[in-house]
Amino acid sequence: MSNPSQGALAKLTPVLTKRWLSPDAWKIGVYERLDGYAALRKAFKAQPDELIALMKDSGLRGRGGAGFPTGMKWGFIPQNDGKPHYLVVNADEGEPGTCKDLPLMMADPHSLVEGIIIAAYAIRANFAAIYIRGEAMHAARRLRNAVNEAYQRGYLGRNILGTGFDLDLVVHSGAGAYICGEETALLDSLEGYRGQPRLKPPFPATHGLYSAPTVVNNVETICSVPYIVLGGGAWWKTMGTEKSPGPKIYSISGRVQNPGQYECSLGITLRELLELAGGMQDGHQLRFWTPGGSSTPLLTAEHLDTPMDFESMAAAGTMLGTTAVQIFSDQDCPVYATYRWIEFYHHESCGKCTPCREGNYWMAHVLRRILSGAGTHEDLDTLLDACDNLLGRSFCALGDGATSPVTSSIKYFKQDYLDYIEGRKAPMFGAGELVGAH
Amino acid sequence: MSDIFTEETRDRARAIMARYPAGRERSALLPMLHLVQSVQGYVSPEGMAFCAEMLGITKAQVAAVATFYTMYKRRPTGDWLVSVCTNTMCGVLGGDKAYKALSEHLGVGHDETTEDGTITLEHAECLAACDYAPVMTVNYEFFDRIDADRALDVVKQLENGERPQPSRGPRLCTFKEASLQLAGWADDRDGAVGEGPAGEPTLAGNRLAERFGVTVAGFDPNTPIGGNGNGSGPGHSVPPTAPKPASDGKPAGDTPAVGKESK
Repeated sequence: MSNPSQGALAKLTPVLTKRWLSPDAWKIGVYERLDGYAALRKAFKAQPDELIALMKDSGLRGRGGAGFPTGMKWGFIPQNDGKPHYLVVNADEGEPGTCKDLPLMMADPHSLVEGIIIAAYAIRANFAAIYIRGEAMHAARRLRNAVNEAYQRGYLGRNILGTGFDLDLVVHSGAGAYICGEETALLDSLEGYRGQPRLKPPFPATHGLYSAPTVVNNVETICSVPYIVLGGGAWWKTMGTEKSPGPKIYSISGRVQNPGQYECSLGITLRELLELAGGMQDGHQLRFWTPGGSSTPLLTAEHLDTPMDFESMAAAGTMLGTTAVQIFSDQDCPVYATYRWIEFYHHESCGKCTPCREGNYWMAHVLRRILSGAGTHEDLDTLLDACDNLLGRSFCALGDGATSPVTSSIKYFKQDYLDYIEGRKAPMFGAGELVGAH
Repeated sequence: MSDIFTEETRDRARAIMARYPAGRERSALLPMLHLVQSVQGYVSPEGMAFCAEMLGITKAQVAAVATFYTMYKRRPTGDWLVSVCTNTMCGVLGGDKAYKALSEHLGVGHDETTEDGTITLEHAECLAACDYAPVMTVNYEFFDRIDADRALDVVKQLENGERPQPSRGPRLCTFKEASLQLAGWADDRDGAVGEGPAGEPTLAGNRLAERFGVTVAGFDPNTPIGGNGNGSGPGHSVPPTAPKPASDGKPAGDTPAVGKESK
């Protein structure tokens, strides 16, 4: 394996991840020695509105997939409205391919706690919750420990560091439901209901948790806050692109030599990221990839030099999403990949709206039929028709996302579908061995 | 019901309710369902009735929630819940084969438990560990980069009464013990929180940066919060303190992102 080029190395920006190399950074004493809670002390000397302005100036955009400007989101919270305000952290990482927030909470849980306290102070919230997916036991264990340590040190609770500011923070484990990554479904779940999305508007900024003004931010977003408070918005903008500033944790998985977490300047290309990850595995050639999870339309080797930032990915007909870069090779079948993802959406559809509930059910059946050699040409029309009825017609963005692998795989790999339909490719499986078809 | 759920469990249920703002105790329902699962190993009709009684809601309201979430088991679950990820990435890299091997070895299918009641098998959706794919979990603790042989090895150890060591996270605890942690109780086993080192995929980018001396330039922790050195954007009110120039004294925004020197 050759070394990455200087150009690719220059894209590495270890900021949020740099403490991960210190194996005990999850302990509060070690965290404090590594500049921990310095941003909090600094933030408390500023007015809340100055912190909101700082986030706006930094250009920080939400890291949970949608890329909404964080400072603007905080600024939407009405002030002096007499209502309690809430901060909810979305740690329900579950988009297929996405695996950045768990290692972040595992290795550096206090950076999340510190970011939460600063954000809560800025939006004048006295209660915050981290909604962490239930399966993430190992990360939740570290988080609960970090929260307890922060209470003992006086960073949480009453009159924090003598400022008069109060904050309670709860770590709330979910119970296995992808839909709870959708912010309003998450809020319903946190209130003790089935996790089903709410009609928007009203938005969480005015009617969120317990119908009160609420900010919902992703883990990586909140973990960025202490660094912006310390280093400033101008420094933050030295990384990334003009419209997508800052560092971003890219998670590369699949047929590469060194899968893993690479924190890079936003806008790195796949060619550069692959260099950092040691290139493709021997004997594998890049065939298709997701830029940000299964809900972002597939790309191909044509897109090796497209910058992975919000704007460039949108221009290429896909989305940056969660920067979950899943790499598939000439030895992987795009039809099977699509089938498995649709089985996932079928299983995870909350059932609230018909397009998503029925659409994914039928698409899974049609894809299964194609893969078992019994598909017809009309099946392709049926799939695209189902996508037409899903995209823009489902209740939430997760239903829209389900169409991404279907439409993009038919766009780029129609021949693979036809090979199954026309009998040139051996059936992937008989009806009896459909692992994952629950 | 009073036989199943002791006063200790009731105290725990009350402690969960106290975590949330006054009047918002229903937020305790998800952790409380984990709590009843820690007592019985699944969410039984009695468990749902217990939650309903504690929260003052109906059993139907509890059932609506309990049946929605994958992690609440409706039938008695083994001491060891073995979950193999068969979502796309893990599936193509070997998760499908590992699941099949376990299913054949144990003689059970998805969401089924061995005859002796010790091991429950399921295939899971994406577990957010794709850089370690394919993965499986036992009581939600990760075994990374498995194949069919490694998966069988783990399960055979469980069958022999051993506790195989997960790749991340601490020694295994039983499904009921894990459920108590999910309800919000700390893992009180000595040293458990510290166990589970970050694996190489987690550190991959950091290792490269370290090896080639790549650091992010221009970070000054004393940069004033009001003075971003970048001028005021539209609609941004200038705070009372005068903005200072950026720490390096140069106009901000056009400096290279990274200072790198090869070691």
